[in-house]
Amino acid sequence: MSELAVQTFRVTRADLVRYAGAAEDFNPIHWSDRVATKVGLPGVIAHGMLTMALAGRAVTHWAGRPDAIVEYGVRFTRPVVVPDDEEGTEIEVSAVVRGVTDDGLTQLDLTVTCHGEKVLAQARALVRMA
Amino acid sequence: MALDQSYVGRTYPPTPPYQVGREKIREFASAIGATDPLHHDPVAARALGHPDVVAPVTFPVVQATAANQQVVLDPGLGVDYSRVVHGDQRFVYTRPITAGDELECVTTIEDITSRGGHDFLTTRHDVRTTAGEPVVSVWCKLVVRGEG
Repeated sequence: MSELAVQTFRVTRADLVRYAGAAEDFNPIHWSDRVATKVGLPGVIAHGMLTMALAGRAVTHWAGRPDAIVEYGVRFTRPVVVPDDEEGTEIEVSAVVRGVTDDGLTQLDLTVTCHGEKVLAQARALVRMA
Repeated sequence: MALDQSYVGRTYPPTPPYQVGREKIREFASAIGATDPLHHDPVAARALGHPDVVAPVTFPVVQATAANQQVVLDPGLGVDYSRVVHGDQRFVYTRPITAGDELECVTTIEDITSRGGHDFLTTRHDVRTTAGEPVVSVWCKLVVRGEG
């Protein structure tokens, strides 16, 4: 199995606000520490769909073009906590090529971590590699 | 309280037409840091065979989440939304979404299971053009956490 180069993505509170607006997802656990801690989270967390979108960017980068993804699925396993500072946090995405389908599509198995812990599981994409 | 299994297979009416705008695609792409010209520049998109700018792969979550309100707010099903967390998400494309598409979404409850005091609700959202051309199917599994 061939490995693809690791890509990292920084996520700050400002990114969460921007994503909330663009995706129309205004759940306060993504912008209010008061609400996040009230429901038992350590603090404000990233939208799972933002993490999925960033890992999707890694896939399109490897594939060479953004219209290359035919299938893409993930399981959300652990929240990505985003501190209220300039640095925020960082998401790391790596992948291996699992195989090629009969119709020539490449199967990728992704590993998506934050501080060394997996935040997505069963993250798989089926892409048309350039 | 466990969700009513008899809702498995239920299909909801199509959502009102959603007009995919070029600026909305640019806004969504910018929000995830996707700078590829295919999302921003209609000329670049046309050069690669698309009628207009192409949406990022997770873009249909906006419509699917809106369509899923039919399910989570269905009084008969009785989902307690304050206990819902996102479990799984999957997209299977027939073709990319581009600006100018007029889309509707048909939602079907595909599975309801209960395990360890939690309910797992899987919905499928078939996104198609208002002319009936299939575009993308979106699966979403929500976890409704049990009380206590």
